[in-house]
Amino acid sequence: MDFLLSSLSDGLLIGFIYGVAAMGLTLIFGVMDVINLAHGPIIALGMFGIYLTFNNIGLQPYIGLILVAAIGLLLGIIIYLIVVRRVLDAPHLSTLLATFSVNMIIIGLGTAYFSTAPYNVDFSLGRVSLGPITLLGTRVIGALAAILVTIGLYLFLYRTRPGRYIRAVANNRNAAELMGVPSNKILALSFGLGTMLAAFSGGLIATFFPFTILAGGSYELKSFVICVLGGMGNPIGALLGGLILGLIEGIIPTIMETTWVPVVEFALFVIILLVRPSGLLGAKK
Amino acid sequence: MKLLNNHLGLLIALSVITLLAVWPLVTQKPADREVAFTILRAVALASSLNIILGYTGYVSFGHIVYFGIGGYVGFYLISQQGYSLYTAMLAGGFSAGLIAFLIGKAILRLRGAYFALATIGINQAILAFVANFDLFGGPIGMNINFQLYQDYGGAPKALQLAFYIMVGITFVTVLVSYAVRTSKFGLGLLAIREDEDAAEVMGVVAPNAKTWAYVLSAIFPGIIGTLFFFKNANIQPHDAFPLHTSIELLVMVMLGGYGTVLGPILGAAGYQRMRGLLLTSPFFKDIQLSVAGILLLVIILFIPAGIVGWIRNRFPKTRRVLQ
Repeated sequence: MDFLLSSLSDGLLIGFIYGVAAMGLTLIFGVMDVINLAHGPIIALGMFGIYLTFNNIGLQPYIGLILVAAIGLLLGIIIYLIVVRRVLDAPHLSTLLATFSVNMIIIGLGTAYFSTAPYNVDFSLGRVSLGPITLLGTRVIGALAAILVTIGLYLFLYRTRPGRYIRAVANNRNAAELMGVPSNKILALSFGLGTMLAAFSGGLIATFFPFTILAGGSYELKSFVICVLGGMGNPIGALLGGLILGLIEGIIPTIMETTWVPVVEFALFVIILLVRPSGLLGAKK
Repeated sequence: MKLLNNHLGLLIALSVITLLAVWPLVTQKPADREVAFTILRAVALASSLNIILGYTGYVSFGHIVYFGIGGYVGFYLISQQGYSLYTAMLAGGFSAGLIAFLIGKAILRLRGAYFALATIGINQAILAFVANFDLFGGPIGMNINFQLYQDYGGAPKALQLAFYIMVGITFVTVLVSYAVRTSKFGLGLLAIREDEDAAEVMGVVAPNAKTWAYVLSAIFPGIIGTLFFFKNANIQPHDAFPLHTSIELLVMVMLGGYGTVLGPILGAAGYQRMRGLLLTSPFFKDIQLSVAGILLLVIILFIPAGIVGWIRNRFPKTRRVLQ
């Protein structure tokens, strides 16, 4: 019972962070119908961003996160301007391959620089005990940061003018343009926000898991599962999907071997796509 | 002569493959034979993928799953049940086709990005399942006892044999690809690619046509999977279902020109050659992936129709010849 409880709460805490990663993917899909296959490498860059700021500059990881997020935003805008903008109206194959080429470029440079050896950020916040449950401090803070970011994103999308523009462009780009929304800038901003969330989640993960430059790939796949669970293009759904995935990862090890986790995850993914492609909370429409 | 003129496109495609097949026979170097094997494998896989991707317009991102399924089924029959390579290859192709039929029935209802995501999900689900499946050796996979190659005249002879079979499979794959492209069935597929709803109105039974195109594009990867892992003497989950190779196949089809018979052949040969050169060059070997990525980006941004597509658009007279 204790094992189940601690496994569940661990899963739930990580679920928040998965949710943030998936939110980045789903935001980009919702606004411009692009599946960003460079999502994983950007998560990995977020991890290495924390590693570099912590080990080389000695910055506290949570302050480093702000820097990582800013760089993530900038990187996303650059990727949008160079790559995505030109294939926005092309068929899906083109956008998929275009973002995948960015994936290859980042992974190629990353492997040359960091090799594929595992790295870790040697940082700890001790443990928190709640009755029978003991939680890692870094994971609690990570989950809290993820919640804060979600609230921030919600406020940005629903309470500010650029946020309203983003929603307008997601709804109907042509109509938004006619209303005077600078759609190109808004699309660049949305893509940047998406990659910012990816880099941010990568940074959070780096505070408690070891990682390699290729580690982003598995989080990217998890993000796909989460996006489909919550409904493609629905950021709040993504958080819920992240929690569900975290719970699954918490429950399964208590009833069968851990190696079955991906089988369940991806089977669920395909089933949801087939039965309810709009996800649990409904996709953007 | 008329026959020759009508099928000039096929002749060009087949002569490219013949060149690839004859080259290691002329140089008589085993290393060249291995390079040619890798290129032919890529050509056959890309041509198969082209049937569902290029002709029908469905982006199958995880197509390598059929290579893995065929590889595992065939390898199991060879190494654990003692079947011959030929029976195993048939079984590998059949099981890949059968699973493609079942999966295709379900996921071909999805369109666009959702279909692409589903194919990734299926590849990962089956990879994770096989890694837990004890009959297939779980995460460790299976091995072939080297004694087994004695039946084929020893390991060197077996490698030689595998190469000849690969040449044969590539020829058949390209012939099938050409036959589909020039048939009424292929015309239906092309119509689905342009506008599925309009195609249905015109009398194309889209669900059936799509499913058969998907099955057809899965059978050859299944056969090749068995052959490849027979030659490899070892099979592991991550070697059998590499998502990365799957995406490389898409790159090859794009590079050569999607929806053409010749495109995937040139794309696969060109990509493999380039990759080999980058990997062996001292300057590029560390960043070969980045260089390939930049090349892919340039192609997508500036010549989205691929090499063959570009030539066809630029010089309309070549359209009769370059299928």
